[in-house]
Amino acid sequence: MDSPTVIAPGEAGAPPHHGHVEHHFEDASQQKDAATVGMWCFLVTEVMFFGGLFLAYFAYRQAYPAAFASASNNTNLIIGAANTTVLICSSLTMALAVHFAALGKRQLIVLFLALTLLLGATFLGVKAYEYHDKWVRHEVPGYHFDCRTEEGAPCTDAAHTPLFFSLYFGMTGLHATHMIVGVGIILFLIAKARKGAYGPEWYTPVELFGLYWHFVDIVWIFLFPLLYLIDRSAAK
Amino acid sequence: MADHGSKTAEHHVVPKRVYFLVFFTLIVLTWVTTYVATLDLGRWNIFVALAIAIFKASIVALFFMHVFYSTRLTKMIVVAAIFWLILLLFITMADLWTRGWMGVPGR
Repeated sequence: MDSPTVIAPGEAGAPPHHGHVEHHFEDASQQKDAATVGMWCFLVTEVMFFGGLFLAYFAYRQAYPAAFASASNNTNLIIGAANTTVLICSSLTMALAVHFAALGKRQLIVLFLALTLLLGATFLGVKAYEYHDKWVRHEVPGYHFDCRTEEGAPCTDAAHTPLFFSLYFGMTGLHATHMIVGVGIILFLIAKARKGAYGPEWYTPVELFGLYWHFVDIVWIFLFPLLYLIDRSAAK
Repeated sequence: MADHGSKTAEHHVVPKRVYFLVFFTLIVLTWVTTYVATLDLGRWNIFVALAIAIFKASIVALFFMHVFYSTRLTKMIVVAAIFWLILLLFITMADLWTRGWMGVPGR
């Protein structure tokens, strides 16, 4: 086996220090594959993390279908669909950020990371509006909880509607927390990208963060129909 | 060493048009699923909604997350995630369904 390639940082044309291939990897390509595998192992744990909440949703929806149908009609369909669109756009800009990181186009990396940040922040802003709206309408489980239909009548099987809203806040809240963490990491990546840290020889952090961001998008792709779309017509 | 699923994944730069095609498909499907939700398909509403969601998630994973271009090991790990999730959902729901506490779908 050849000795590992060592280029000292600061050497002319040297890749950033992090591009150094650690001795226990065959080459840079295999090192990157190992990093990808590690990130996917983390995403497996994330699947199970959200999976538990999805399980709770399925179990209680099965148990109290009328309450869930009535309660879920209080979510705003158009806002939900619009927010889904925003998040899908942010996935596109993130994929392009990774694309340009692999090509080393510094300004485009920064641009698309910034667009991803903007779209992610927009999503969170809309979520904050929805949460406030639910608070004002007494749909937050607790002492003042009072689920009402559009016409002002109590929701069907009202006693069990707090279950839906607990899951709504729990699932979208966990999702939003993941997005807030993501926004923080994007800021770090932008700072690094502006200094030219990412290029064809090493762009692993951008790629791995892309996996995280797309995973959060996939979670929302399932949250949207389950919380906003099911029983839309059934409860009419 | 340019085949997919080779021992090391290539520094395969996915062409931008793939991303735009996937993006366009996702947007269209989002509005399709929103519209279909307003139609009364009875018990099929949830199946259609989840089927569309699964397809959307798949193309995000395959192309945005590069799983299509990844090593066999990475693909196995993705399959493992789906496997364990299905195990969690199905076995727990089977437990609940067979207690007689709540109706089974269709009854």
